[in-house]
Amino acid sequence: MDARRESEPTPMKNSTTVERKSEREFVVTRTFDGPARIVFDAWTKPELFKRWWIPKSFPVSLLSVEMDVRVGGGYRLLFGNGDAEPKAFFGKYLEVTPPSRLVWTNDESEGGGAVTTVTFEEKGGKTLLVMHDVHPSKEALDEALGSYDGMSETLDQLDEVLGAS
Amino acid sequence: MVQRYSDRLDASFAALADATRRGVLEQLGRAEASITDLAGKFRMTLTGMKKHVGILEEAGLVATEKVGRVRTCKLGPHRLEEETAWLEAHRTLWDARFSELDQVVEDLKRKEMINGRKKRK
Repeated sequence: MDARRESEPTPMKNSTTVERKSEREFVVTRTFDGPARIVFDAWTKPELFKRWWIPKSFPVSLLSVEMDVRVGGGYRLLFGNGDAEPKAFFGKYLEVTPPSRLVWTNDESEGGGAVTTVTFEEKGGKTLLVMHDVHPSKEALDEALGSYDGMSETLDQLDEVLGAS
Repeated sequence: MVQRYSDRLDASFAALADATRRGVLEQLGRAEASITDLAGKFRMTLTGMKKHVGILEEAGLVATEKVGRVRTCKLGPHRLEEETAWLEAHRTLWDARFSELDQVVEDLKRKEMINGRKKRK
């Protein structure tokens, strides 16, 4: 991890910030070098979404992506991990405002999951993306961030990613 | 500093990358326990459990204290840092994801330019 060098004209990559905003909120922020409509498309068109959601260094595959991107419409992502049973993540869209705002539920966890809001704010041809997860309780966010009973598989994968970097 | 921090993360992640050890931490989050208790709960040999506890202890996730003949285990000093480690892990994931998304955005921009040119003709 290099210290930031002020003299460099353009950074190679925009930086990603991850923050626990409160007991129940988790926020990821990132700027992209493109207009909001393009970034929005990448989040809402399955064929584009498939190309980035699972980084190449990640030992998991995205088996299928279904998205019915409209208010009340559902999505379903199916992940494969070697011989393990594929795992589905699903929910429905609460708000769809192209190209600036997308809100969906995460219904795979028992007892109510997080609500994710993604905003796309365009400025000078670049897009500031803010992803905001609000969990039903502190415990739910603890679990999502990897408390001891919920983390199982993802931890091994994260570990591998960290090990590789 | 950075190196030490990343070493510690490595140790934490290695320690956490095992279901039994995560179970042990969960258990110790509820109550202190002896190695014998833990071995019984997780149906393994004392030697096996000692090894797991040793790895957790090295990562600072567990602290042990020997009183008489019994070694008692409890959550260790790095407990509060777990969250930092987690946020760092998530940041790594999102960063990797978004690097791929950068590529998609670049591709789409290029395609739009080509299509734009075609349309203008």
